[in-house]
Amino acid sequence: MIEITALTKSYGTTTVLDGIDLVVGEARIAAVVGPSGAGKSTLARCINLLERPTSGAIAVNGQDLTRLSRRDLRDARRQIGTVFQSANLLRRLTAAQNVALPMRHAGLPEDEVRRRVGDLLERVGMVHRANHFPSQLSGGQRQRIGIARGLALRPAVLLADEATSGLDPESTRAILDLLTGLRDDLGVTILVITHEMDVVRSIADLVAQLDHGRIVEQGIVADVVRRSDSALSRALLPMPPVPADDALRAWSVRYEAAAVSPVWLAQAGRELDADIAVLAALVEAAGDSRVGRLTVGLDPRLDERRVVEVLGRYGVVAEPVEGALLHAVPAASGAGAA
Amino acid sequence: MIALLGTPWSDVPDLMLPALGETFRMVGVVMAIVVALGGPLGLLIHNTSPLGLFPNRAVHVSISWIANLGRSLPFLVLMAAVIPVTKLVFGTTIGFQAALIPMSIAGIAFFARLTENAVREVPRELLDVGLAGGGSKRQIITSIQLREALPGLAAGLTLNVIAMIEYSAIAGAIGSGGVGYLAVNYGYRRFDDNIMIACIVLLVALVQLIQFSGDRVVRALTH
Repeated sequence: MIEITALTKSYGTTTVLDGIDLVVGEARIAAVVGPSGAGKSTLARCINLLERPTSGAIAVNGQDLTRLSRRDLRDARRQIGTVFQSANLLRRLTAAQNVALPMRHAGLPEDEVRRRVGDLLERVGMVHRANHFPSQLSGGQRQRIGIARGLALRPAVLLADEATSGLDPESTRAILDLLTGLRDDLGVTILVITHEMDVVRSIADLVAQLDHGRIVEQGIVADVVRRSDSALSRALLPMPPVPADDALRAWSVRYEAAAVSPVWLAQAGRELDADIAVLAALVEAAGDSRVGRLTVGLDPRLDERRVVEVLGRYGVVAEPVEGALLHAVPAASGAGAA
Repeated sequence: MIALLGTPWSDVPDLMLPALGETFRMVGVVMAIVVALGGPLGLLIHNTSPLGLFPNRAVHVSISWIANLGRSLPFLVLMAAVIPVTKLVFGTTIGFQAALIPMSIAGIAFFARLTENAVREVPRELLDVGLAGGGSKRQIITSIQLREALPGLAAGLTLNVIAMIEYSAIAGAIGSGGVGYLAVNYGYRRFDDNIMIACIVLLVALVQLIQFSGDRVVRALTH
């Protein structure tokens, strides 16, 4: 497992990471998401100890790696395997030699290196490409070799820094399957740094959103998507765009309460004496509570304050959506409309 | 006709072959010194730069300045300028030894820059791969930096050997021996056109051969 505690990184007076706390249990996949410039790459470089944190701790299986001397730091880095964006393979080494590189640096005996390289290439399904040079491999194949190299020293934690960025959907799928396989079969703890929400939805157990150097929201993915009032939830499960319709006013509606009546929509409609058109909806049931995010359409002549008040009584939060949403998408592509 | 004073073609090889041997010896000895000292100097210049493994502005600026010094003077001027040093070291100002010091100075500075350029082409991310995998700086320099830069280094070496052949010919002016010495003393001073022509043909062929082989090596090293 990996525990990051109060991690801060500053360059001069600029604070890039500001008190990051993140715990990823053994055999879990955590995803760190965030816009570019949020500090994702700095976080990645701090975790694989390429940058010394200004303060805070990074512990792998209970051992704090940030307090180590320069010499011990080299050994500590071997506990965290890194998979880089665009693989970063050495051009003049074959796939097998690339995988062997960290083992050779660690001074493992040659027969051990050969054995492990064979095992790793098999695990990533690249045995048949062992003697190919990176220029002879596709992007997805290069990334598999990158993953095999990241695993070479049997790290407890694998850090994947934008490992699927720029790959085609099929290769991305294959890489993600590989990562979940590592978690499930080998019990590797994996930290994925990404800007792709698809990746988070597909493989992550935990998710943390980084913004301006702070974690603004984090949690178990299954819980986060059930939060009705959450920017991260909206990013993970974006509402489908709704078709333009001049006769309706769009409202964004959310609820998260065990007390919400299962038939609130019909009841509220009767009370308002108006038809409520459901344009898009995401409803998750969690235990006996229902969590939902909807885009609904209402008669534009209805009094806004009354709509808010009536829906509020049913435990539902409503806000009018400003024009842009309704007119952004032509009717033909409104696949998500109910 | 002045050309009548020229060495008969049948005697030309007897003059040319020993001269060629001297040129090889001069360039060979100088290149050994150049690679042994210029290579590490180039690595030091690159790795003390902000892109390198151990950035250090003060060291970078000072060794960079020293390397520039060796590259700023035209070779003929450099050769004349270091004559007192040569006299101090070897006790003579002519011949093979006289050429050794200025050629080495110019060559080391040149090769340092060529090495720096070659290793600079290795992406910084590849150094991160080595560091993140727990490699030492020495391991990263040898197994990543130099290894990835090998095609560039081979191209640089080719360039440097050709430059040293040129310098060895210039050094002919101070009696260094070799093909250049022959061209100056027979071709130029005695108007011996046959020797002049033979020297030109030999030098052109030599440079072409080296460039051709160098290109082949670079291509073989590139994947």
